[in-house]
Amino acid sequence: MSDLDDLYQEVILDHNKSPRNFRPMAGANRKAEGYNPLCGDHVTVFLHLEDGVIRDISFQGSGCAISKASASMMTAELKGKDEAAAQALFDNVHKMLTGETNGDDAADRVGKLAILSGVCKFPARVKCASLAWHTVNAALKGETRPATTE
Amino acid sequence: MKAVSHLVESRTAAGRFDVARIREDFPILKLKVHGKPLVYFDNGATSQKPQAVIDALSHYYGAENSNIHRGVHYLSERATAAYEEARGRVRGFINARSNQEIIFVRGTTEAINLVTQSYGRTFLKAGDEIIISAMEHHSNIVPWQMLCEQVGAKLRVIPINHDGEIVIDEYRRLLNDKTKFVSVTHVSNALGTIVPVKEIVALAHEMNVPVLLDGAQAVPHLRVDVQDLGCDFYAFSGHKMFGPTGVGVLYGRSDLLDKMPPYQGGGDMISLVTFEKTHYNVLPYKFEAGTPHISGGIGLGAAIDYLAALDWQGLAVHEHALLSYATESLSNIGGLRIIGTAREKAGVLSFVFDHVHAHDIGTILDQEGVAVRSGHHCAMPVMQRFGVPATTRASFAFYNTVEEIDVLVKALHHALKVFD
Repeated sequence: MSDLDDLYQEVILDHNKSPRNFRPMAGANRKAEGYNPLCGDHVTVFLHLEDGVIRDISFQGSGCAISKASASMMTAELKGKDEAAAQALFDNVHKMLTGETNGDDAADRVGKLAILSGVCKFPARVKCASLAWHTVNAALKGETRPATTE
Repeated sequence: MKAVSHLVESRTAAGRFDVARIREDFPILKLKVHGKPLVYFDNGATSQKPQAVIDALSHYYGAENSNIHRGVHYLSERATAAYEEARGRVRGFINARSNQEIIFVRGTTEAINLVTQSYGRTFLKAGDEIIISAMEHHSNIVPWQMLCEQVGAKLRVIPINHDGEIVIDEYRRLLNDKTKFVSVTHVSNALGTIVPVKEIVALAHEMNVPVLLDGAQAVPHLRVDVQDLGCDFYAFSGHKMFGPTGVGVLYGRSDLLDKMPPYQGGGDMISLVTFEKTHYNVLPYKFEAGTPHISGGIGLGAAIDYLAALDWQGLAVHEHALLSYATESLSNIGGLRIIGTAREKAGVLSFVFDHVHAHDIGTILDQEGVAVRSGHHCAMPVMQRFGVPATTRASFAFYNTVEEIDVLVKALHHALKVFD
Protein backbone atom coordinates (compact mmCIF):
# COMPACT_ATOMS: atom_id res chain seq x y z
CA MET A 1 0.00 0.00 0.00
CA SER A 2 1.37 3.44 -0.91
CA ASP A 3 1.86 6.08 1.77
CA LEU A 4 -1.10 7.96 0.34
CA ASP A 5 -3.44 4.96 0.53
CA ASP A 6 -2.16 4.44 4.06
CA LEU A 7 -3.15 8.00 4.93
CA TYR A 8 -6.55 8.00 3.29
CA GLN A 9 -7.86 4.58 4.30
CA GLU A 10 -11.53 3.72 3.84
CA VAL A 11 -12.28 4.11 7.55
CA ILE A 12 -10.80 7.60 7.57
CA LEU A 13 -12.70 8.62 4.45
CA ASP A 14 -15.88 7.27 6.00
CA HIS A 15 -15.40 9.24 9.23
CA ASN A 16 -14.72 12.32 7.11
CA LYS A 17 -17.89 11.84 5.11
CA SER A 18 -20.13 10.96 8.07
CA PRO A 19 -18.42 12.19 11.22
CA ARG A 20 -19.73 10.67 14.46
CA ASN A 21 -20.88 12.92 17.30
CA PHE A 22 -20.64 15.96 15.02
CA ARG A 23 -23.04 18.25 16.86
CA PRO A 24 -23.12 20.95 19.52
CA MET A 25 -24.05 19.82 23.03
CA ALA A 26 -26.49 21.90 25.05
CA GLY A 27 -25.77 20.24 28.39
CA ALA A 28 -21.97 20.28 28.10
CA ASN A 29 -20.12 21.12 31.31
CA ARG A 30 -16.72 21.33 29.60
CA LYS A 31 -15.95 22.90 26.28
CA ALA A 32 -12.76 23.90 24.52
CA GLU A 33 -11.81 25.40 21.18
CA GLY A 34 -8.79 24.47 19.13
CA TYR A 35 -7.09 26.26 16.25
CA ASN A 36 -4.38 25.23 13.89
CA PRO A 37 -2.95 28.63 12.96
CA LEU A 38 -1.01 27.09 10.10
CA CYS A 39 -4.04 26.09 8.05
CA GLY A 40 -6.99 27.71 9.77
CA ASP A 41 -8.54 24.46 11.01
CA HIS A 42 -10.93 25.08 13.84
CA VAL A 43 -12.59 22.62 16.21
CA THR A 44 -14.82 22.88 19.28
CA VAL A 45 -15.05 19.88 21.60
CA PHE A 46 -17.97 19.50 24.04
CA LEU A 47 -17.87 17.20 27.06
CA HIS A 48 -20.39 16.07 29.58
CA LEU A 49 -18.27 14.96 32.50
CA GLU A 50 -19.82 13.19 35.48
CA ASP A 51 -17.85 11.76 38.42
CA GLY A 52 -14.69 11.96 36.35
CA VAL A 53 -16.21 9.95 33.50
CA ILE A 54 -16.91 11.23 29.97
CA ARG A 55 -20.63 10.49 29.67
CA ASP A 56 -20.99 12.33 26.37
CA ILE A 57 -18.62 13.95 23.91
CA SER A 58 -19.19 15.79 20.63
CA PHE A 59 -17.41 18.19 18.30
CA GLN A 60 -17.98 20.84 15.66
CA GLY A 61 -15.74 22.79 13.34
CA SER A 62 -14.10 22.82 9.97
CA GLY A 63 -10.98 21.13 8.81
CA CYS A 64 -9.44 18.64 6.44
CA ALA A 65 -10.37 14.96 6.18
CA ILE A 66 -7.59 13.95 8.57
CA SER A 67 -8.59 16.40 11.28
CA LYS A 68 -12.29 15.59 10.95
CA ALA A 69 -11.77 11.83 10.92
CA SER A 70 -9.38 12.02 13.86
CA ALA A 71 -11.89 14.08 15.86
CA SER A 72 -14.75 11.74 14.94
CA MET A 73 -12.83 8.61 15.92
CA MET A 74 -11.67 10.31 19.08
CA THR A 75 -15.21 11.01 20.25
CA ALA A 76 -16.19 7.38 19.60
CA GLU A 77 -13.21 6.11 21.59
CA LEU A 78 -13.46 8.51 24.53
CA LYS A 79 -17.15 8.10 25.31
CA GLY A 80 -17.45 6.25 28.62
CA LYS A 81 -13.77 6.57 29.55
CA ASP A 82 -12.61 8.20 32.77
CA GLU A 83 -10.19 11.11 32.80
CA ALA A 84 -7.11 8.99 33.53
CA ALA A 85 -7.87 6.61 30.66
CA ALA A 86 -8.53 9.55 28.34
CA GLN A 87 -5.20 11.10 29.32
CA ALA A 88 -3.36 7.81 28.72
CA LEU A 89 -4.99 7.47 25.30
CA PHE A 90 -4.04 11.08 24.43
CA ASP A 91 -0.42 10.35 25.30
CA ASN A 92 -0.35 7.17 23.23
CA VAL A 93 -2.06 8.73 20.23
CA HIS A 94 0.38 11.62 20.37
CA LYS A 95 3.33 9.22 20.40
CA MET A 96 1.86 7.32 17.46
CA LEU A 97 1.24 10.44 15.37
CA THR A 98 4.72 11.78 15.92
CA GLY A 99 6.23 8.42 15.04
CA GLU A 100 7.58 7.64 18.50
CA THR A 101 5.87 4.23 18.41
CA ASN A 102 5.76 1.98 15.37
CA GLY A 103 2.59 0.62 13.81
CA ASP A 104 2.30 -2.68 15.71
CA ASP A 105 3.10 -1.04 19.01
CA ALA A 106 0.51 1.60 18.30
CA ALA A 107 -2.17 -0.99 17.56
CA ASP A 108 -1.64 -2.50 21.00
CA ARG A 109 -1.88 0.82 22.76
CA VAL A 110 -4.55 2.73 20.89
CA GLY A 111 -6.79 0.03 19.41
CA LYS A 112 -8.83 1.17 16.41
CA LEU A 113 -7.07 4.51 16.33
CA ALA A 114 -3.99 2.76 14.95
CA ILE A 115 -5.55 3.46 11.57
CA LEU A 116 -4.28 7.03 11.99
CA SER A 117 -0.68 5.85 12.20
CA GLY A 118 -0.14 6.54 8.47
CA VAL A 119 -0.13 10.24 9.33
CA CYS A 120 3.36 10.10 10.81
CA LYS A 121 4.78 9.70 7.28
CA PHE A 122 3.30 13.11 6.43
CA PRO A 123 4.95 15.52 8.90
CA ALA A 124 2.91 18.46 7.59
CA ARG A 125 -0.30 16.63 8.52
CA VAL A 126 0.51 15.52 12.07
CA LYS A 127 -1.03 18.68 13.46
CA CYS A 128 -4.25 18.05 11.53
CA ALA A 129 -4.63 14.71 13.27
CA SER A 130 -3.66 15.95 16.71
CA LEU A 131 -5.78 19.12 16.87
CA ALA A 132 -8.91 17.50 18.32
CA TRP A 133 -6.79 15.63 20.86
CA HIS A 134 -5.09 18.80 22.07
CA THR A 135 -8.51 20.37 22.31
CA VAL A 136 -10.09 17.59 24.38
CA ASN A 137 -7.05 17.68 26.62
CA ALA A 138 -7.64 21.40 27.18
CA ALA A 139 -11.33 20.74 27.86
CA LEU A 140 -10.48 18.09 30.45
CA LYS A 141 -8.04 20.44 32.16
CA GLY A 142 -10.70 23.17 32.11
CA GLU A 143 -8.47 25.59 30.23
CA THR A 144 -10.12 28.71 28.93
CA ARG A 145 -7.58 29.72 26.30
CA PRO A 146 -8.09 28.12 22.87
CA ALA A 147 -5.83 25.11 22.35
CA THR A 148 -3.43 25.25 19.45
CA THR A 149 -1.21 22.72 17.80
CA GLU A 150 1.80 25.00 18.10
CA MET B 1 -16.32 23.84 -28.68
CA LYS B 2 -15.56 27.49 -28.07
CA ALA B 3 -13.86 26.64 -24.78
CA VAL B 4 -11.58 24.16 -26.51
CA SER B 5 -10.46 26.67 -29.12
CA HIS B 6 -9.61 29.13 -26.32
CA LEU B 7 -7.48 26.45 -24.72
CA VAL B 8 -5.66 25.87 -27.99
CA GLU B 9 -5.14 29.61 -28.33
CA SER B 10 -3.68 29.83 -24.81
CA ARG B 11 -1.38 26.91 -25.50
CA THR B 12 -0.09 28.51 -28.65
CA ALA B 13 0.42 31.91 -27.04
CA ALA B 14 2.28 30.31 -24.14
CA GLY B 15 4.45 28.45 -26.64
CA ARG B 16 5.95 31.62 -28.15
CA PHE B 17 8.04 32.41 -25.09
CA ASP B 18 11.03 30.03 -25.10
CA VAL B 19 10.21 28.49 -21.76
CA ALA B 20 12.24 25.33 -22.37
CA ARG B 21 15.40 27.41 -22.60
CA ILE B 22 14.41 29.51 -19.57
CA ARG B 23 13.87 26.36 -17.50
CA GLU B 24 17.49 25.38 -18.13
CA ASP B 25 18.48 28.39 -16.01
CA PHE B 26 16.74 26.98 -12.92
CA PRO B 27 18.52 23.83 -11.71
CA ILE B 28 15.84 22.88 -9.16
CA LEU B 29 13.26 22.45 -11.92
CA LYS B 30 14.99 19.21 -12.92
CA LEU B 31 14.17 17.71 -9.53
CA LYS B 32 11.92 14.69 -9.08
CA VAL B 33 9.52 14.60 -6.14
CA HIS B 34 8.07 11.24 -5.05
CA GLY B 35 9.44 9.88 -8.34
CA LYS B 36 7.57 12.48 -10.45
CA PRO B 37 8.95 15.59 -12.17
CA LEU B 38 8.57 18.60 -9.88
CA VAL B 39 5.74 20.92 -10.88
CA TYR B 40 6.39 24.05 -8.85
CA PHE B 41 3.24 26.12 -8.46
CA ASP B 42 4.08 27.74 -5.12
CA ASN B 43 5.81 30.79 -6.55
CA GLY B 44 3.63 33.13 -4.49
CA ALA B 45 5.30 31.73 -1.37
CA THR B 46 8.78 31.91 -2.83
CA SER B 47 10.17 31.65 -6.34
CA GLN B 48 12.97 29.38 -7.50
CA LYS B 49 16.44 30.80 -8.20
CA PRO B 50 18.30 30.90 -11.51
CA GLN B 51 21.87 29.59 -11.64
CA ALA B 52 23.08 33.18 -12.04
CA VAL B 53 21.79 34.06 -8.56
CA ILE B 54 23.18 30.89 -7.00
CA ASP B 55 26.55 31.64 -8.65
CA ALA B 56 26.52 35.23 -7.39
CA LEU B 57 26.12 34.05 -3.79
CA SER B 58 28.83 31.46 -4.22
CA HIS B 59 31.16 33.94 -5.94
CA TYR B 60 30.69 36.49 -3.17
CA TYR B 61 31.63 34.02 -0.43
CA GLY B 62 34.42 32.49 -2.51
CA ALA B 63 36.05 35.67 -3.80
CA GLU B 64 34.70 38.86 -2.21
CA ASN B 65 33.56 38.11 1.34
CA SER B 66 34.31 40.98 3.67
CA ASN B 67 32.44 43.48 5.78
CA ILE B 68 31.35 46.62 3.97
CA HIS B 69 31.57 50.38 4.53
CA ARG B 70 34.50 50.10 6.94
CA GLY B 71 37.70 48.35 5.92
CA VAL B 72 40.26 50.08 3.72
CA HIS B 73 41.57 46.77 2.51
CA TYR B 74 41.06 45.27 -0.93
CA LEU B 75 38.27 42.81 -0.07
CA SER B 76 36.24 45.31 1.90
CA GLU B 77 36.36 47.78 -0.95
CA ARG B 78 35.39 45.09 -3.39
CA ALA B 79 32.46 43.84 -1.25
CA THR B 80 31.30 47.41 -0.67
CA ALA B 81 31.37 48.12 -4.39
CA ALA B 82 29.42 44.93 -5.18
CA TYR B 83 26.79 45.70 -2.54
CA GLU B 84 26.38 49.31 -3.64
CA GLU B 85 26.21 48.29 -7.29
CA ALA B 86 23.35 45.98 -6.32
CA ARG B 87 21.60 48.95 -4.73
CA GLY B 88 22.01 50.80 -8.01
CA ARG B 89 20.45 47.89 -9.88
CA VAL B 90 17.46 47.95 -7.52
CA ARG B 91 17.12 51.69 -8.16
CA GLY B 92 17.02 51.10 -11.89
CA PHE B 93 14.65 48.14 -11.51
CA ILE B 94 11.91 50.26 -9.92
CA ASN B 95 13.05 53.58 -11.44
CA ALA B 96 13.67 55.41 -8.16
CA ARG B 97 15.31 58.84 -8.43
CA SER B 98 18.41 57.99 -6.44
CA ASN B 99 20.22 55.21 -4.58
CA GLN B 100 19.46 57.08 -1.35
CA GLU B 101 15.86 56.02 -1.69
CA ILE B 102 16.71 52.31 -1.70
CA ILE B 103 16.90 50.80 1.78
CA PHE B 104 17.89 47.18 2.09
CA VAL B 105 15.80 45.31 4.66
CA ARG B 106 15.07 41.66 5.43
CA GLY B 107 11.91 41.57 3.34
CA THR B 108 8.52 43.17 2.74
CA THR B 109 7.47 42.55 6.34
CA GLU B 110 10.43 44.44 7.75
CA ALA B 111 9.96 47.23 5.21
CA ILE B 112 6.37 47.79 6.38
CA ASN B 113 7.37 47.59 10.04
CA LEU B 114 10.07 50.18 9.38
CA VAL B 115 7.46 52.58 8.02
CA THR B 116 4.90 51.97 10.78
CA GLN B 117 7.48 52.32 13.55
CA SER B 118 9.54 55.17 12.14
CA TYR B 119 7.09 57.25 10.11
CA GLY B 120 3.94 56.10 11.91
CA ARG B 121 5.08 56.61 15.50
CA THR B 122 6.53 60.00 14.64
CA PHE B 123 3.75 61.51 12.57
CA LEU B 124 0.52 59.76 13.58
CA LYS B 125 -1.45 60.49 16.72
CA ALA B 126 -4.67 59.59 18.52
CA GLY B 127 -7.75 59.92 16.32
CA ASP B 128 -5.82 59.68 13.03
CA GLU B 129 -6.98 57.09 10.53
CA ILE B 130 -5.03 54.56 8.47
CA ILE B 131 -6.60 52.94 5.42
CA ILE B 132 -5.75 49.43 4.26
CA SER B 133 -7.76 47.04 2.06
CA ALA B 134 -9.67 43.85 2.83
CA MET B 135 -7.21 41.76 0.83
CA GLU B 136 -3.99 42.57 2.61
CA HIS B 137 -1.44 39.97 3.68
CA HIS B 138 -1.10 39.81 7.48
CA SER B 139 2.17 41.72 7.12
CA ASN B 140 0.23 44.76 5.88
CA ILE B 141 -2.38 44.46 8.64
CA VAL B 142 -0.64 43.56 11.88
CA PRO B 143 2.12 46.26 11.85
CA TRP B 144 -0.64 48.89 11.40
CA GLN B 145 -2.70 47.37 14.22
CA MET B 146 0.38 47.54 16.45
CA LEU B 147 0.86 51.18 15.48
CA CYS B 148 -2.81 51.90 16.21
CA GLU B 149 -2.36 50.47 19.70
CA GLN B 150 0.77 52.54 20.23
CA VAL B 151 -0.56 55.93 19.11
CA GLY B 152 -4.34 55.55 19.36
CA ALA B 153 -4.95 55.72 15.61
CA LYS B 154 -7.78 53.84 13.91
CA LEU B 155 -7.61 51.26 11.12
CA ARG B 156 -10.16 51.61 8.30
CA VAL B 157 -10.58 48.84 5.73
CA ILE B 158 -11.60 49.25 2.07
CA PRO B 159 -14.02 46.42 1.24
CA ILE B 160 -13.62 44.16 -1.78
CA ASN B 161 -16.36 42.87 -4.07
CA HIS B 162 -17.18 39.25 -4.81
CA ASP B 163 -14.59 39.08 -7.59
CA GLY B 164 -11.91 40.21 -5.16
CA GLU B 165 -11.58 43.77 -6.45
CA ILE B 166 -11.24 46.89 -4.34
CA VAL B 167 -14.43 48.96 -4.26
CA ILE B 168 -13.03 52.35 -5.24
CA ASP B 169 -16.18 54.27 -4.27
CA GLU B 170 -15.88 52.89 -0.75
CA TYR B 171 -12.27 53.98 -0.69
CA ARG B 172 -13.29 57.51 -1.71
CA ARG B 173 -15.80 57.49 1.15
CA LEU B 174 -13.20 56.35 3.68
CA LEU B 175 -10.72 59.08 2.73
CA ASN B 176 -11.25 62.11 4.96
CA ASP B 177 -9.42 64.80 6.93
CA LYS B 178 -8.47 62.27 9.60
CA THR B 179 -6.80 59.95 7.09
CA LYS B 180 -3.05 60.13 7.64
CA PHE B 181 -1.81 57.03 5.80
CA VAL B 182 -2.89 54.59 3.09
CA SER B 183 -1.21 51.19 2.74
CA VAL B 184 -2.42 48.70 0.14
CA THR B 185 -1.14 45.76 -1.80
CA HIS B 186 -0.19 46.07 -5.48
CA VAL B 187 -1.09 42.45 -6.26
CA SER B 188 -3.09 40.26 -3.86
CA ASN B 189 -1.18 37.16 -2.75
CA ALA B 190 -4.33 35.15 -2.06
CA LEU B 191 -6.46 36.20 -5.04
CA GLY B 192 -4.03 37.47 -7.67
CA THR B 193 -5.95 40.74 -8.11
CA ILE B 194 -3.93 43.57 -9.64
CA VAL B 195 -5.01 46.62 -7.65
CA PRO B 196 -5.43 49.98 -9.46
CA VAL B 197 -2.75 51.48 -7.25
CA LYS B 198 -2.05 54.50 -9.40
CA GLU B 199 -5.61 55.68 -8.88
CA ILE B 200 -5.42 54.87 -5.17
CA VAL B 201 -2.23 56.91 -4.82
CA ALA B 202 -3.69 59.85 -6.78
CA LEU B 203 -6.82 59.99 -4.62
CA ALA B 204 -4.77 59.88 -1.41
CA HIS B 205 -2.43 62.59 -2.67
CA GLU B 206 -5.39 64.89 -3.31
CA MET B 207 -5.76 64.80 0.48
CA ASN B 208 -1.97 65.02 1.07
CA VAL B 209 -1.93 61.49 2.46
CA PRO B 210 1.19 59.35 1.89
CA VAL B 211 0.80 55.86 0.40
CA LEU B 212 2.77 52.65 0.86
CA LEU B 213 2.39 49.90 -1.70
CA ASP B 214 3.11 46.27 -0.80
CA GLY B 215 4.78 45.07 -3.97
CA ALA B 216 5.83 41.59 -2.82
CA GLN B 217 3.59 39.82 -5.37
CA ALA B 218 3.87 42.51 -8.05
CA VAL B 219 7.60 42.65 -8.76
CA PRO B 220 7.84 39.05 -10.06
CA HIS B 221 5.12 39.74 -12.65
CA LEU B 222 4.88 43.44 -13.49
CA ARG B 223 7.24 46.19 -14.50
CA VAL B 224 7.19 48.59 -11.57
CA ASP B 225 8.01 52.28 -11.91
CA VAL B 226 7.68 54.02 -8.54
CA GLN B 227 7.78 57.49 -10.10
CA ASP B 228 4.99 56.61 -12.49
CA LEU B 229 2.92 55.04 -9.67
CA GLY B 230 3.63 58.13 -7.59
CA CYS B 231 3.73 56.17 -4.35
CA ASP B 232 5.64 57.40 -1.30
CA PHE B 233 6.85 53.98 -0.18
CA TYR B 234 7.16 50.68 -2.04
CA ALA B 235 8.05 47.43 -0.27
CA PHE B 236 9.13 44.10 -1.74
CA SER B 237 11.08 40.91 -1.03
CA GLY B 238 14.02 39.47 -2.95
CA HIS B 239 13.02 35.83 -2.61
CA LYS B 240 9.71 36.17 -4.46
CA MET B 241 11.49 37.71 -7.45
CA PHE B 242 14.06 34.95 -8.01
CA GLY B 243 16.58 36.37 -5.52
CA PRO B 244 17.73 35.10 -2.12
CA THR B 245 15.64 34.96 1.06
CA GLY B 246 16.41 37.39 3.85
CA VAL B 247 16.79 40.47 1.70
CA GLY B 248 14.18 42.94 0.59
CA VAL B 249 13.75 46.57 -0.25
CA LEU B 250 11.98 49.60 1.08
CA TYR B 251 11.79 52.39 -1.45
CA GLY B 252 10.92 55.70 0.16
CA ARG B 253 10.77 59.24 -1.17
CA SER B 254 13.93 60.89 0.13
CA ASP B 255 12.13 63.95 1.54
CA LEU B 256 10.03 61.64 3.72
CA LEU B 257 12.94 59.38 4.68
CA ASP B 258 14.91 62.48 5.69
CA LYS B 259 12.21 63.47 8.17
CA MET B 260 11.96 60.00 9.69
CA PRO B 261 13.99 58.84 12.72
CA PRO B 262 16.10 55.66 12.42
CA TYR B 263 14.26 52.35 12.80
CA GLN B 264 17.08 50.55 14.61
CA GLY B 265 20.25 51.81 16.23
CA GLY B 266 23.70 50.33 15.83
CA GLY B 267 26.73 50.30 13.60
CA ASP B 268 26.75 51.76 10.08
CA MET B 269 23.71 54.01 10.73
CA ILE B 270 25.76 56.66 12.54
CA SER B 271 28.21 59.36 11.50
CA LEU B 272 29.44 60.28 14.97
CA VAL B 273 28.86 58.69 18.36
CA THR B 274 29.66 60.19 21.75
CA PHE B 275 27.97 59.36 25.04
CA GLU B 276 26.32 62.78 24.91
CA LYS B 277 24.92 62.66 21.40
CA THR B 278 24.92 60.55 18.28
CA HIS B 279 24.67 61.93 14.75
CA TYR B 280 22.94 59.69 12.29
CA ASN B 281 24.34 58.70 8.95
CA VAL B 282 22.94 59.96 5.66
CA LEU B 283 20.38 58.10 3.57
CA PRO B 284 20.03 55.23 3.01
CA TYR B 285 22.48 54.12 5.72
CA LYS B 286 20.49 55.82 8.48
CA PHE B 287 18.04 52.92 8.16
CA GLU B 288 20.59 50.12 7.82
CA ALA B 289 21.92 49.37 11.29
CA GLY B 290 24.38 46.52 11.69
CA THR B 291 26.11 44.36 9.12
CA PRO B 292 23.52 43.77 6.40
CA HIS B 293 22.78 40.66 4.35
CA ILE B 294 25.62 41.48 1.96
CA SER B 295 25.43 38.34 -0.14
CA GLY B 296 21.65 38.71 -0.24
CA GLY B 297 21.89 42.21 -1.66
CA ILE B 298 24.39 41.06 -4.26
CA GLY B 299 22.21 38.04 -5.09
CA LEU B 300 19.21 40.34 -5.52
CA GLY B 301 21.29 42.43 -7.91
CA ALA B 302 22.03 39.27 -9.90
CA ALA B 303 18.31 38.42 -9.98
CA ILE B 304 17.58 41.87 -11.39
CA ASP B 305 20.26 41.41 -14.06
CA TYR B 306 18.68 38.08 -14.92
CA LEU B 307 15.21 39.59 -15.20
CA ALA B 308 16.49 42.53 -17.23
CA ALA B 309 17.78 40.16 -19.89
CA LEU B 310 14.37 38.50 -20.36
CA ASP B 311 11.92 39.37 -23.10
CA TRP B 312 9.31 41.06 -20.90
CA GLN B 313 6.76 41.41 -23.61
CA GLY B 314 6.95 37.70 -24.34
CA LEU B 315 6.99 36.98 -20.62
CA ALA B 316 3.77 38.94 -20.05
CA VAL B 317 2.03 37.13 -22.91
CA HIS B 318 3.26 33.77 -21.61
CA GLU B 319 2.12 34.43 -18.03
CA HIS B 320 -1.24 35.68 -19.22
CA ALA B 321 -1.68 32.57 -21.36
CA LEU B 322 -0.73 30.33 -18.42
CA LEU B 323 -3.33 31.98 -16.23
CA SER B 324 -6.09 31.82 -18.87
CA TYR B 325 -5.27 28.22 -19.67
CA ALA B 326 -5.27 27.26 -15.98
CA THR B 327 -8.45 29.22 -15.27
CA GLU B 328 -10.27 27.55 -18.12
CA SER B 329 -8.92 24.05 -17.44
CA LEU B 330 -9.79 24.22 -13.74
CA SER B 331 -13.23 25.71 -14.39
CA ASN B 332 -14.06 22.54 -16.28
CA ILE B 333 -13.53 20.41 -13.14
CA GLY B 334 -16.87 19.66 -11.48
CA GLY B 335 -17.35 21.11 -7.99
CA LEU B 336 -14.33 23.40 -8.25
CA ARG B 337 -14.86 27.06 -7.39
CA ILE B 338 -12.27 29.72 -8.18
CA ILE B 339 -11.79 32.35 -5.46
CA GLY B 340 -10.62 35.63 -6.95
CA THR B 341 -12.06 36.43 -10.34
CA ALA B 342 -10.89 40.01 -10.80
CA ARG B 343 -10.65 41.33 -14.36
CA GLU B 344 -6.98 42.22 -13.83
CA LYS B 345 -5.04 39.33 -12.33
CA ALA B 346 -1.44 38.18 -12.07
CA GLY B 347 -0.25 34.60 -11.84
CA VAL B 348 -2.47 33.30 -9.00
CA LEU B 349 -5.27 30.77 -9.05
CA SER B 350 -6.98 30.10 -5.71
CA PHE B 351 -9.73 27.50 -5.58
CA VAL B 352 -11.87 25.36 -3.31
CA PHE B 353 -14.00 22.23 -3.52
CA ASP B 354 -17.19 21.93 -1.50
CA HIS B 355 -16.39 18.51 -0.10
CA VAL B 356 -12.60 18.26 -0.18
CA HIS B 357 -10.43 20.41 2.07
CA ALA B 358 -7.47 22.33 0.66
CA HIS B 359 -5.08 20.47 2.94
CA ASP B 360 -6.09 17.09 1.58
CA ILE B 361 -5.76 18.42 -1.97
CA GLY B 362 -2.28 19.71 -1.13
CA THR B 363 -1.11 16.34 0.18
CA ILE B 364 -2.48 14.40 -2.79
CA LEU B 365 -1.03 16.86 -5.33
CA ASP B 366 2.34 16.61 -3.59
CA GLN B 367 2.36 12.87 -4.18
CA GLU B 368 2.08 13.68 -7.90
CA GLY B 369 5.04 16.06 -7.67
CA VAL B 370 2.84 19.17 -7.75
CA ALA B 371 3.73 21.84 -5.15
CA VAL B 372 0.87 24.19 -4.28
CA ARG B 373 0.00 26.15 -1.18
CA SER B 374 -3.00 25.12 0.87
CA GLY B 375 -4.21 27.23 3.73
CA HIS B 376 -5.18 30.81 4.46
CA HIS B 377 -2.13 32.34 2.71
CA CYS B 378 -1.46 34.69 5.64
CA ALA B 379 -4.65 36.49 4.62
CA MET B 380 -7.26 35.19 7.06
CA PRO B 381 -9.59 38.18 6.52
CA VAL B 382 -9.72 37.31 2.81
CA MET B 383 -10.77 33.75 3.68
CA GLN B 384 -13.46 35.16 6.01
CA ARG B 385 -14.67 37.48 3.26
CA PHE B 386 -15.27 34.53 0.94
CA GLY B 387 -16.57 32.26 3.71
CA VAL B 388 -13.95 29.55 3.21
CA PRO B 389 -11.53 28.18 5.83
CA ALA B 390 -8.71 27.76 3.32
CA THR B 391 -8.01 27.56 -0.40
CA THR B 392 -5.60 25.71 -2.61
CA ARG B 393 -3.41 28.21 -4.45
CA ALA B 394 -1.49 27.55 -7.61
CA SER B 395 0.80 30.52 -8.27
CA PHE B 396 2.78 30.70 -11.47
CA ALA B 397 6.11 32.05 -12.64
CA PHE B 398 7.37 32.55 -16.18
CA TYR B 399 9.18 29.19 -16.07
CA ASN B 400 5.91 27.27 -15.71
CA THR B 401 4.32 25.56 -18.71
CA VAL B 402 0.86 24.61 -19.95
CA GLU B 403 1.95 20.96 -19.76
CA GLU B 404 2.48 21.44 -16.03
CA ILE B 405 -1.07 22.77 -15.74
CA ASP B 406 -2.24 19.57 -17.43
CA VAL B 407 -0.40 17.62 -14.70
CA LEU B 408 -2.19 19.71 -12.07
CA VAL B 409 -5.58 19.02 -13.64
CA LYS B 410 -4.89 15.29 -13.79
CA ALA B 411 -3.73 15.28 -10.17
CA LEU B 412 -6.90 17.13 -9.12
CA HIS B 413 -9.03 14.48 -10.82
CA HIS B 414 -7.06 11.88 -8.90
CA ALA B 415 -7.72 13.71 -5.63
CA LEU B 416 -11.44 13.85 -6.39
CA LYS B 417 -11.44 10.11 -7.01
CA VAL B 418 -9.96 9.49 -3.54
CA PHE B 419 -12.79 11.49 -1.98
CA ASP B 420 -15.51 10.26 -4.31
